[in-house]
Amino acid sequence: MNGGVSGWYRSGTPWIWLNAGAVAACLAMVFGLLLLLGARGLGHFWPKPVLQANYLAVDPPVTVIGEIADSETVDSGQLQFSAAGAPLSGERIERQLLKLGNRDVTGNDFAWILPSLLDEVEYPERLVTLERREWGNFYGFPSGILQNGEPVAAPSAQGEEADALWSELQRRLNRARQLREEIERIERSIIADINFGMERLRLRERRLQLAGGDSGEELRDIGRQRQTLDAQYAEIRLRLLELNRQIQRDSAIFRVAGGAEVELPVADIVRAYRPNAMNRFEAMGTYLARLFEFLTDDPRESNIEGGLLPAIYGTAMMVLLMSVLVTPLGVVAAVYLSEYAPKGWLTRFIRISVNNLAGVPSIVYGMFGLGFFIYLAGGEIDNLFYSESLPAPTFGTPGLLWASLTLALLTLPVVIVATEEGLANIPASLREGSLALGATKFETLWRVVLPLARPSMLTGLILAVARAAGEVAPLMLVGVVKLAPALPLDTEFPYLHLEQQFMHLGYYVYDLAMQSPNVEAAMPQAFAAAFLLVAVVTALNLSAVVMRGRLRERYKALETGSWS
Amino acid sequence: MNREYEAAGESAAAVELEPCLEVRNLSLHYARTRQALNKIRLTIPRQRVTALIGPSGCGKTSLLRCFNRLNDLVDDCVVTGRIRLEGKNIYSSKIDVTELRRRVGMVFQKPNPFPKSIYENVAFGLRIRGINSRRRLDEIVQESLEAAALWDEVKDRLHGSALELSGGQQQRLVIARTLAVEPEVLLLDESASALDPISTLKIEELITGLKKNYTIVIVTHNLQQAARVSDYTAFMYMGNLVEFDTTARIFTNPVKRQTEDYITGRYG
Ligand SMILES: Nc1ncnc2c1ncn2[C@@H]1O[C@H](COP(=O)(O)OP(=O)(O)O)[C@@H](O)[C@H]1O
Ligand SMILES: [Mg+2]
Repeated sequence: MNGGVSGWYRSGTPWIWLNAGAVAACLAMVFGLLLLLGARGLGHFWPKPVLQANYLAVDPPVTVIGEIADSETVDSGQLQFSAAGAPLSGERIERQLLKLGNRDVTGNDFAWILPSLLDEVEYPERLVTLERREWGNFYGFPSGILQNGEPVAAPSAQGEEADALWSELQRRLNRARQLREEIERIERSIIADINFGMERLRLRERRLQLAGGDSGEELRDIGRQRQTLDAQYAEIRLRLLELNRQIQRDSAIFRVAGGAEVELPVADIVRAYRPNAMNRFEAMGTYLARLFEFLTDDPRESNIEGGLLPAIYGTAMMVLLMSVLVTPLGVVAAVYLSEYAPKGWLTRFIRISVNNLAGVPSIVYGMFGLGFFIYLAGGEIDNLFYSESLPAPTFGTPGLLWASLTLALLTLPVVIVATEEGLANIPASLREGSLALGATKFETLWRVVLPLARPSMLTGLILAVARAAGEVAPLMLVGVVKLAPALPLDTEFPYLHLEQQFMHLGYYVYDLAMQSPNVEAAMPQAFAAAFLLVAVVTALNLSAVVMRGRLRERYKALETGSWS
Repeated sequence: MNREYEAAGESAAAVELEPCLEVRNLSLHYARTRQALNKIRLTIPRQRVTALIGPSGCGKTSLLRCFNRLNDLVDDCVVTGRIRLEGKNIYSSKIDVTELRRRVGMVFQKPNPFPKSIYENVAFGLRIRGINSRRRLDEIVQESLEAAALWDEVKDRLHGSALELSGGQQQRLVIARTLAVEPEVLLLDESASALDPISTLKIEELITGLKKNYTIVIVTHNLQQAARVSDYTAFMYMGNLVEFDTTARIFTNPVKRQTEDYITGRYG
């Protein structure tokens, strides 16, 4: 009885299979995750065909226009239909989520339907998808254009005329876009400048009041400057009014599903295209434009649409600031621990503590940041330096600096551990070589050891950055918001606004997925943001791996060089 | 004076020369219980090559590392007794250890060039001493590389990585690096043992050439090598100095039984 099951068992084959299975499962999960996020997130920007059909589930049948957003198989017993033709309970049937758009018209922009009840499905070439500044997508057929309320093209245009109308609409869209850019430029730079100047004058005045004494001359000077700014502001306001009047000039009329006509201001339209008439090339163009918008624009519609530039920007600023804070601290601490600290129980205890810090739940760091940095440190800073703007807090409130500091604390163990490991890996022969030449311990450290340990410091930093970029929980307490009014870095003195609240990719995903009023519309955007986040973190981790590989290579060169 | 040496088992031959390093009553413990050197008494003559031989673990490296106080780096390592370099006790508290290490250069068993350029390897000790003038550095780097018989091989790639040199070249680079800071004593700890025969030969020639200007102490497992390059030989066994004499005498007519056994290959 040597062969059979027991022989197979003793050969170790089951273990090998078990191990291989575990590895395969891990890989499948990782790639499955990336695939899901990638497909749902990146697919979101592809312009989908829009169907028009009669839906027979209600009596009389209604015309629906929309794009298929999702589909799933459900038990028919869960569905409730008033119409005839509803399938029997117990059957598995497919249902589809139809994105109907036109939320301002119908009040409901998504509906689950049974594809089997769709009749006369067609994809009209002249159907237009509008992306709007408010109310989400709109689907309809253009049927006229109004300028200052007067029609310029015939309503209910047919055939050739419809194409001419489409071109005219696009021309007017372009005009509106240019006007909008001009308005935004003025609002962003000029008005911001004036506001900033005003605020500075207000603070100066307040300081004078707090200081007391005779300051009549200075107060008069402030008054004069304020007048100048007021005059500038009035002028700019007039210009803005004029631009806003111009941008409101045009509106377009669309025929929607069911035949009703709807008038939309051209200024509200972000992008218009004919999804069913596009070839792959044009679709690609739209896809890239939408992707570009996603990466470079401000969010719209409570983050559901538009871009996430402020979130990317905020994440980057925070991570950058965190790196600046954590690197010197972590490296110096690691150098002390591994090179200078006496090798006693105390050092061992400190090292264990540092390792354990890495395991503390991140929300605890958030609480610490809130309690220590914001209330204590921030409150003190306000009392000392910003007393003129109290009771409104400047630093005594969540903000970029405190978030960065909190994350620096959170990632400190990573940097310390990686650096210590790097220092321990430097061959003793190199240290001795340096010391034998008459170098002091410090010179040896500075000229030989630290340069060699640089890659491991960098590895530690990258791991820290990857961790920080993906962190959400503590950030909610110390400075991240759903929608920040301004970027933390701009052209206003002092350029980097450490006290400002900011947006963050991880929180953006959380907010879209969990807090959005319109879940169906928010999901694709959340997936896209999640994919971006994963991509960034993966890229950082990969570069850490490459860096570590380089490091090993370097030591290998040292070793083989010695034995040849 | 002479009697003192003879009492310690040294022959009169060593005494005729000027002493460079005088080891007196030197004991070394790694941790309390682990004694590596036991009351060593030895005089290393100036501008001669002295070889330390003996079986593995007998304390040759430990002794060598006492000469430049590299043992200070080892935790729990306790050294008692005295070593005088040119008459001054190097274990006295008044001595500047970095200056001592500059004066007593050391080359290790495995070449340990820094992962920098060839030029920067040689310039390392000079930069530490605050020599930064380009002209002066160039000059000393060339002199040192010439002294280490490496100049011709590397003069066209001074700024290439030192790690790309062969093992033998790396070892000569380490010698050049050590010579650059103008030491008085040169310690070589089995410095040729990891090299191929041709590289070994080059190092041996180098040692013979260098003894005009330096006091050299080498540790070697290779008895032929000791016979070829050294003027004096010390035989160590289990932390004791068994016999010290001219190389010729040690290899042809040793006094002690243990020495004879070792020389003739009966153990070790
Ligand atoms: N750093 C150290 N810690 C503890 N013991 C050591 C250390 N270095 C050497 N020893 C011990 O001291 C003895 C002498 O070693 P060493 O001087 O290296 O001998 P050799 O160079 O003659 O082979 C050996 O028994 C060795 O195990
Ligand atoms: Mg040895």
